[in-house]
Amino acid sequence: MNRIRYPLTQAALAALLLTTQSPVLQADRFTEADLERWTQEYMAVVDKGEKLFHGGLENENTVSCDQCHPDAANTHPETYPKFQQQLGKVAVLGEMVNWCIQNPLESDPLTLDDPRMVALQAYIHEQRRLVPMAPGKH
Amino acid sequence: MSQMNRRRFLRTGGAVLAASSLPFSVVELAFGQSGPEDFSFAFISDSHITHIKGDKFVRNWDRGMIQAVAEANLLSPRPDFVFYGGDIAQLGTPEEIDHGLEILSGLRGDVHHVMGEHDYYLDLGEHWRKRIGPDHYSFDHKGVHFVVLNSILTYDEWTHRKWDTPMQRMKEMARLDNPDGSPFMVGDSQREWLRKDLANISKDTPIVVMSHSPLQKIYRGWNFWTEDAEQVQELLKPFDKVTVLYGHVHQIQYNQIGNISFHAAMATAWPWPYPETFVQEASYLPKLTVEMSRADPFFERDGTGWQFINMHTGDVDVHYALPDNENRVVAFNEQQDKPVDSLYQDESKQIPPQDHY
Repeated sequence: MNRIRYPLTQAALAALLLTTQSPVLQADRFTEADLERWTQEYMAVVDKGEKLFHGGLENENTVSCDQCHPDAANTHPETYPKFQQQLGKVAVLGEMVNWCIQNPLESDPLTLDDPRMVALQAYIHEQRRLVPMAPGKH
Repeated sequence: MSQMNRRRFLRTGGAVLAASSLPFSVVELAFGQSGPEDFSFAFISDSHITHIKGDKFVRNWDRGMIQAVAEANLLSPRPDFVFYGGDIAQLGTPEEIDHGLEILSGLRGDVHHVMGEHDYYLDLGEHWRKRIGPDHYSFDHKGVHFVVLNSILTYDEWTHRKWDTPMQRMKEMARLDNPDGSPFMVGDSQREWLRKDLANISKDTPIVVMSHSPLQKIYRGWNFWTEDAEQVQELLKPFDKVTVLYGHVHQIQYNQIGNISFHAAMATAWPWPYPETFVQEASYLPKLTVEMSRADPFFERDGTGWQFINMHTGDVDVHYALPDNENRVVAFNEQQDKPVDSLYQDESKQIPPQDHY
């Protein structure tokens, strides 16, 4: 039988973690303070995205997202994923953000999990809050 | 020549294009000396020439301006002059203004200029005025009285706030959606100048007012707005026929308020969304406006363009030259007493790309 054998030190560490991390046992319980903190964490990323969106990407040609999309308007985040007819495939919002970064901004694309890409999308979604989801809509 | 081929030909071979194939029809009507004569002029606006460094400028915005100049030069019969509606520059530097003027110098005929906020808030218009001239003035042409206003001034407290640098002030005003921005206005002294300028003009003289911002209130958050619009409109009220032509909004807009017709210019640089697409705030696009088609960003010039203005009997037809889209004509309709789109005014004629959300 091929069992994975952990070195003794790692097994001991895992046991220690299990016994000291008691909140794990209350995963479904959170407080008003937790909610407030999580919102703050989110809004901090939105704020970072707002700065990136308004010239913070430091692309050489200085063109910024807000020049065509004031308040992130006309980005339609609620419609993604959708068939992006110009790309000939179903795309997520981040792919279109990268298209803009590569073309009007004449810069290099970001990986989809780059914290800057996450922040840009957080800002775009925040500006579009409360609009019903409409995936696939052109 | 098919529409598509014609557009491609305009892009690539504009200089040798026979003027007769331009998609404009000029109404030719003869009028006696007693009334205004027919004439036309071109209206180019919002090129936002952007300096990167050294001799490098943003290619996309350069191309839009170059294309508008090339196409306007092909108009036949020749327009009497060209209006440039403001925002020749992005950040108001001498490099940007000079580069823009160099491209515009290719235009055949005289050019009259309007001051935009991007030309102004770095040095409060100093370099622009040095190169171009006064920022508000009037002249008469073939029975029509033209007035140019600098409508992008704002409250003194904002303009003369303790800015770190003049460029900081410029960048604050350059950001359209800036919550710390300040609303545009014509201001007391210019309105007093306008009152005096109009005092000796007979009420049946057609008036054309050129401004950068709309002299009507659409959405304050993006300065699609002039704070003292009603006071300016009041000065224009006594005249039979008034047309206001403005830039700034980078989109097709038109309206009729009493005796005043309003028409906006497309930008040569990039289109802006309609304000209602920013769903967090209320805005007031004129109900009369049939919106431009949503731009396809993959076509660099789509949603941009310039205008050819036909003046007849003192009324205005605006021909929108839209490089990667079908051209539009919005003409004053005497029966309805307002501007009407030649194709799309009837709701049943409107098409899915005109639905902005």
